Amino acid sequence: MVQLIVFLILAAVCVGSAIGMLTSKNAVYAALFLVLNFVVIAVFYLMLGAPFIAMVQITVYAGAIMVLFMFVIMLVGAEMFQEAGGLNSWQRPVALLMGFGLMVVTVLMIATSASPAPPRDLGVSAMEFGSPAQIGEVLYTNYIFPFELISFLLLAAMVGAVILTKTERKKRRVLRSLRNKN
Amino acid sequence: MSEVALIITEAAIKSGILLFVLLTAFAYTTFAERKIVAWLQVRHGPNRVGPLGLLQPAADGLKAIFKEEFMPAGADKKIFLMAPIITVIPALIIMAVMPIGPDVLIGSRLIRLAITDINVGLLYMLSVASIAVYGIVLAGWASNSKYSMMGGLRATAQMISYEIALGISMVGPVVLASSLSLKDIVVAQQNSVWYVVLQPIGCIIFFIAMLAEVNRAPFDMPEAEQELTAGYHTEYSGMGFSMFFMAEYIKMIAVSAMWISLFFGGYLGPFVQEIPVLGIVYFSLKVFLVLALMIWIRATMPRMRYDQLMAFGWKVLLPLSLVQVLITAAMVVFWAPV
Repeated sequence: MVQLIVFLILAAVCVGSAIGMLTSKNAVYAALFLVLNFVVIAVFYLMLGAPFIAMVQITVYAGAIMVLFMFVIMLVGAEMFQEAGGLNSWQRPVALLMGFGLMVVTVLMIATSASPAPPRDLGVSAMEFGSPAQIGEVLYTNYIFPFELISFLLLAAMVGAVILTKTERKKRRVLRSLRNKN
Repeated sequence: MSEVALIITEAAIKSGILLFVLLTAFAYTTFAERKIVAWLQVRHGPNRVGPLGLLQPAADGLKAIFKEEFMPAGADKKIFLMAPIITVIPALIIMAVMPIGPDVLIGSRLIRLAITDINVGLLYMLSVASIAVYGIVLAGWASNSKYSMMGGLRATAQMISYEIALGISMVGPVVLASSLSLKDIVVAQQNSVWYVVLQPIGCIIFFIAMLAEVNRAPFDMPEAEQELTAGYHTEYSGMGFSMFFMAEYIKMIAVSAMWISLFFGGYLGPFVQEIPVLGIVYFSLKVFLVLALMIWIRATMPRMRYDQLMAFGWKVLLPLSLVQVLITAAMVVFWAPV
């Protein structure tokens, strides 16, 4: 009973913050609504008995990614969105249509599946489910291949980012030397 | 009373005590800072209000309450008012998982000397610390002032960079104790030695990164007064300013508590097993010593330049902490489980 009440309040905040993010004209407000949304989802994870994922959700999404978003928004001073109009006026109806389609598909999926899919047996007792040690064990045994694959992908992205800034710097140096010659 | 009600009452009482202690500790840390810095600079420091100046924090608080709250023109009102609150809340809740003593038996009930002990305690502290930056960034942005903005941006870049080294330097103790719960890490040090002996490099990295995380000298770039007036809180006065101050000092206490729990045995000390209350004494004493060390550093070290700060974080601390993790893991696997 208590859990249901807490869930309903949180769900209201969650949906409200998502709508707030979509409708706010100011990019900083939108980012803040998204942070609130992430935090509420972390609380959902806590209620489902997965504290590890809850903490990771806050640290990674709210604490790192969104802070960087905020940094970029403030640095380039792009706080205010331009009023929709002119060239972008076709975007709004298309977005509405696609959003509605997605919602229909989701509702259909939930409505047609008679019972939720049974949770996969990870060989973990209910008490220890979601503890850091258990997650580590499952991640490094059952899911070692996808885990390594993702690590490799991230590494590639990281190397790419480093290379991109490197060439930029070289270009700038060449430009500077050209200017000095003139 | 039912068991659930008992648990909730216990948590509420402990939270109340913790908040009271933290706020008092905040007031007297500011006093200690002024006194210690004065002593290091051969001055007297505050000594007018009450015996030895001991009532100075109360006078300061009273002054802050009666000061005018100033709102700069063109400021974003809502966020300007919210920013100090967003800064204070993480600072107040971060200590919830910190064990300040061994379990004590009161009546027939075993009372934990921490609000709670969760199996992801360390991650909890890290995640709360990582959202603490929002208040500072928002204060900088909402003030509509160049100085505040620069302070806010610097704070973001600095805290994100040093958080990585901070997090990785925690891995050593976590691997040695094979737990993310602070309580388990402290207990593991009881059976072995203090982890500062096994993890000297990690210990130093954590200390440097934690100074940067709470924006203390020599990493107080976000509020460098010579170049940024006062950084992100330039435009704040009265209670808003006091709340930033409060958050900064409580975060100092929190990271000090983390450092001693990870590397200096937390509440451990002689006879702690026989008389559990001694644990609180040792814990407070250690935290005070670390705070004194931070104040001492502030009084003696010059501030780093911004590019040096970033280069140091990414090119020195991060690789060093990764090497430390590698060595620790290899030792635990191949040599002896410590």
